[in-house]
Amino acid sequence: MDIFIQQIINGLVLGSIYALVALGYTMVYGIMGLINFAHGEVVMIGALTSLSIIKLLAGTSLPGPVVVLIGLAGAIPVCMALGFTIERVAYRPLRAAPRLAPLITAIGVSIVLQQVGMLIWGRNYHAFPGLLPTTPRHILGAQITDLQVLIVVLAALIMAALILLVNTTRIGRAMRATAENPDIAGLMGVDVNQIISITFVIGSALAAVAGVMVSANYSIAHYYMGFILGLKAFTAAVLGGIGNMGGAMLGGVLLGLIESLGAGYIGDLTGGFLGSNYQDVFAFFVLILVLVFRPSGLMGEKLAERA
Amino acid sequence: MDIRMKNMTLCVAAALAVFGCGKEEPKSEAQAPAPAAAPAPAPAPEVVVKIGHAAPLTGPQAHLGKDNENGAKLAIDEANAAGIELGGAKVKFELMSEDDQADPKQGTQVAQKFVDAKVNGVIGHLNSGTTIPASKIYFDAGMPQISASATNPKYTQQGFKTAFRVIANDVQQGATLGDFAAKKLAAKKVAIIDDRTAYGQGLADEFEKAAKADGAEVVAREFTNDKATDFAAILTKIKGKKPDVVFYSGMDAQAGPMAKQMKGLGVKAKFLTGDGGCTPEFIKLAGDAAGESNYCSLPGVPLEQMPGGAAFREKFKKAYNADIQLYAPYLYDAVNVMIDSMKRANSADPAKYLPEIGKTTYDGVTAKVQFDDKGDLKEGPISLYQVKDGKWNYLETMGGAPAAAAAPAAPAPEAAKPAEKK
Repeated sequence: MDIFIQQIINGLVLGSIYALVALGYTMVYGIMGLINFAHGEVVMIGALTSLSIIKLLAGTSLPGPVVVLIGLAGAIPVCMALGFTIERVAYRPLRAAPRLAPLITAIGVSIVLQQVGMLIWGRNYHAFPGLLPTTPRHILGAQITDLQVLIVVLAALIMAALILLVNTTRIGRAMRATAENPDIAGLMGVDVNQIISITFVIGSALAAVAGVMVSANYSIAHYYMGFILGLKAFTAAVLGGIGNMGGAMLGGVLLGLIESLGAGYIGDLTGGFLGSNYQDVFAFFVLILVLVFRPSGLMGEKLAERA
Repeated sequence: MDIRMKNMTLCVAAALAVFGCGKEEPKSEAQAPAPAAAPAPAPAPEVVVKIGHAAPLTGPQAHLGKDNENGAKLAIDEANAAGIELGGAKVKFELMSEDDQADPKQGTQVAQKFVDAKVNGVIGHLNSGTTIPASKIYFDAGMPQISASATNPKYTQQGFKTAFRVIANDVQQGATLGDFAAKKLAAKKVAIIDDRTAYGQGLADEFEKAAKADGAEVVAREFTNDKATDFAAILTKIKGKKPDVVFYSGMDAQAGPMAKQMKGLGVKAKFLTGDGGCTPEFIKLAGDAAGESNYCSLPGVPLEQMPGGAAFREKFKKAYNADIQLYAPYLYDAVNVMIDSMKRANSADPAKYLPEIGKTTYDGVTAKVQFDDKGDLKEGPISLYQVKDGKWNYLETMGGAPAAAAAPAAPAPEAAKPAEKK
């Protein structure tokens, strides 16, 4: 039983990170109908930027958690600026182009950012200094560290704040209007360009937070880390229904749980026929099943065709 | 960054110097005897025997490549000083050293270059990934190849009669690791994780066989990949099986975080890994989990335990004013084995001395070199290490047939406690 609870905790932690990254995909898709494949690389840049700042400060007498906070505070504006620039340079000029063009540009930006990351931080793996307390807490026989509690709680808080922002504020209303129909929103006095920029900036800030979480939890960072994470988060967004923020969160947590329980029990359930090397296959199998029966994802609404 | 750049320039400068010498020497010697030859009839003609050497001489592994080159060069210099004659002609050995950048594509180009230059034999390459594709080119050209650092079993399993190695392979390493886990760590239950690469999978399979043969139960066989960072799910499953030892077969970039996550999840097993994780990088990445419950293995014997190791270290230090990094003693043995085979065949013609390599019995500084029918070292020794005070500390050497001189020194490892290793 304690093992089962432990697997649930593992899944929740992993799922919270997926969900944070998935929000970035789903916000951009909801507003522009664009899949921003460079989002995973923004996570990577955020993680490595914060790591560089943390390494600079590691020698000082500041307490560990403060150093990590400063690292995070440094990474967020860098990622915001990056997200703003990506949209401005790579996507805005193509907004009127056929849908395939910005999609390919997104893949291109992703590759460019990976190479830039490699040039700046090198090919080596970077260890995240052990600045945060890792003493495990015991809950019903399972173990969870303070950092992991923080990850789950922080992710939940950020998501709640984001939903409040979109549903209750002026900017949120403008975002929803733009998502519905950019042209009409423009006619109603919404500055569409500004709203899209804001969306990218918010998504990138979330990516920075996720990047610091990932590298602190797994104590490792690398220029390639964004690619797989981005792919998984994109899957989570599709699973939950891309374009829907609640869906992204549900999809992220669900994907984390499926992976965790899949890797933990698939071997025993199939009598050793399938092993933990099928961890990813299992996750994508569930995705396919969901898409067959609910093509717009678990919480996706049936979108009216845009004129 | 600065230091690395400096090292690079040094390496390049050193490589140029070596090259320069290699090219100029025969010229000056060819000119020198010419006037002297005019009055008196020339002595026995001098034949140049070229030996190719390939390793990464640039990039992050440049220091290891340079170390290999120095080891090979030391053996060549000694052979030249000894004045060896083959087939009645005095022989001058020359080292043709090439940079393969640890890149399989570059490795095959270097191999082709050696074949085109008609070298008499090849020592190398450093990495399994470059050695295996290059070995096909050498085989097609009938060119003898001795690697001193490629451990992937595939290298000698392709049926190439030109391929030899003077270091234990991963099959031998996996078996030793299995014995070590079951006997020395007294593990009744073991869990195995591999990274699904050729190296990781091969090593894990051999480990499993050996551990089972020694009566240990394999309670879990889990898998990850060489890009993964999250091992919580498989480690939690393993925790439920309560193993005594967790063996990870893969590289340090996964092994380090895995050890750390094991600690976070409260898995109370010892952590064991092969040469892929046996690096300072592991200790860096494992962070506070890098304690005494971590073990790893490296093929070969630490220099302190080698017969003639101390003497070799002195010679090396004197010749290059540098410390041995890793494989230099094996390179030294590899070149000597090749020259020894040429002597027995009384020829440097690959077709003539190749059959002699397989019959080698040579007391090297690393081990008594004898090959099995595949070209692998017979009973290659494997050394085990344990983390202590943030460093890998030598524990003991298992398996292998150390050279005669090592026999009385056999109890020495117990006496000479790890603390002595700097």
